[in-house]
Amino acid sequence: MNVAAGWRVARLVGVHDETATARTLVLDVPGWPGHLGGQHVDLQLTAEDGYQAQRSYSLAAPAKGDRIELTVQRVPDGEVSPYLTEVLTIGDPIEVRGPVGGWFVWRPADPAPVLLLAGGAGIVPLMAMVRARRAEASRTPFRLIYSLRTPGDLYYGEELRRPGPGDAGADATLLYTRTAPPGSPRPSRRLSTEDVERYGWPPDFEPTCYVCGPTGFVEAAADMLTKLGHDPRRVRTERFGPSGG
Amino acid sequence: MGIVSPGFRGRPRSKGVELPPGQYLVEDFPVLSAGPTPRVPLDRWEFSVTTESGETHRWSWAELLALPSERMTVDLHCVTRWSKLRTPWQGVSLDTLLAGVETAADFVMADSYGGYTTNLPLQDLRNGQAWIAYRYDGKDLSAEHGGPARLLVPHLYLWKSAKWVRGLRLLTQDEPGFWESAGYHDYGDPWREQRYQGD
Ligand SMILES: Cc1cc2nc3c(=O)[nH]c(=O)nc-3n(C[C@H](O)[C@H](O)[C@H](O)COP(=O)(O)OP(=O)(O)OC[C@H]3O[C@@H](n4cnc5c(N)ncnc54)[C@H](O)[C@@H]3O)c2cc1C
Repeated sequence: MNVAAGWRVARLVGVHDETATARTLVLDVPGWPGHLGGQHVDLQLTAEDGYQAQRSYSLAAPAKGDRIELTVQRVPDGEVSPYLTEVLTIGDPIEVRGPVGGWFVWRPADPAPVLLLAGGAGIVPLMAMVRARRAEASRTPFRLIYSLRTPGDLYYGEELRRPGPGDAGADATLLYTRTAPPGSPRPSRRLSTEDVERYGWPPDFEPTCYVCGPTGFVEAAADMLTKLGHDPRRVRTERFGPSGG
Repeated sequence: MGIVSPGFRGRPRSKGVELPPGQYLVEDFPVLSAGPTPRVPLDRWEFSVTTESGETHRWSWAELLALPSERMTVDLHCVTRWSKLRTPWQGVSLDTLLAGVETAADFVMADSYGGYTTNLPLQDLRNGQAWIAYRYDGKDLSAEHGGPARLLVPHLYLWKSAKWVRGLRLLTQDEPGFWESAGYHDYGDPWREQRYQGD
């Protein structure tokens, strides 16, 4: 990876609301070099008085030419995410640097099965891996466990509920922590070791495991994987969201 | 200065606090690591320094605690852009641990339980700049923040302060560690904003 190319000026060309508090942004980044599922960008905002704020956001999908997609969860009282989800308007410029990250990535040439564990907004880089698998017509076995609070918090609902033919062999399980949709066989509760055992891959399959979400979720889920016998060296984590204590 | 983002004002600037470029202030203590949190039982814990000639110096947990410790209050700067100011730690200075170590090496690879590595120039660990820290804010250092003990090198980005540190290997030639191999900067000075290779 070499992100020395520095800041590029991107332009917002599309938006799509995922939930009441999360928005997907489509940016046009001239000269974008492409990226791997799991990588992120840094964004930089500059105020009139020269003050700058920078934050990282995962790439949500493979690039289409110069177009990249991010999904931003609005954090109440946040400095940057309310601007990105409420103020930034189609046509506005924004500075982007990347792609960044060489560890929390899925490489399509890697034959190992993949287990994805997402908590809340942690779905974003994992969805990028699912979408990269589809784009590459890969047959690598994927399983995604997506833990979310309520049906109203679901990102990429259409795609996850109605997988297309390109997603054969990539199974998604949605697990609700507060309110499950009517008729769900599993009552709403936090992700448990049994869930990971049941909906994930057995450790002797030797999957590469990717865990992403808020710190508490990542700590708990990564512990469950090692408890079930997954080799810690095959468990990759990325933490964002409310920072732990 | 970059292009102005229409309608972006940002937070009211805290006056009198100077942060490295691109950083923002947090009050809580975020956690960042690349894999599961290793749990190291204290009776099996040891810290070692291995010189370029293969000579190894070892300390058990009890031996580490028996060394003179220091209390230091330092600022932390994470490459993911948060900075936390005036954090209180306790630990053993690397000056103490390196005092009896004969070496002509210029570089160090820090190794952690769990397999993490990070590289530093040896001179950045000397002269009161680095510690093996085992207490934070008056309490034993929690596993998620790197306990039982972590390297603490606050003048560099926090990924250099290896959590769950297990030993230092002294090297005559620099080698990239874990994040350094994944495109992060070899040295990582927050004040020069050395985040990525080429910065
Ligand atoms: C590698 C990486 C990838 C990331 N990818 C994404 C992504 O794809 N989508 C995304 O939405 N975010 C992502 N984040 C988080 C993002 O960088 C920001 O931290 C987040 O948008 C909050 O920024 P802010 O300026 O709005 O809030 P800040 O002003 O920084 O924070 C305000 C307060 O909210 C707390 N807080 C911070 N984040 C959250 C959160 N998510 N939920 C609740 N409270 C929070 C903070 O601790 C603070 O107390 C990623 C972070 C990293 C490091």
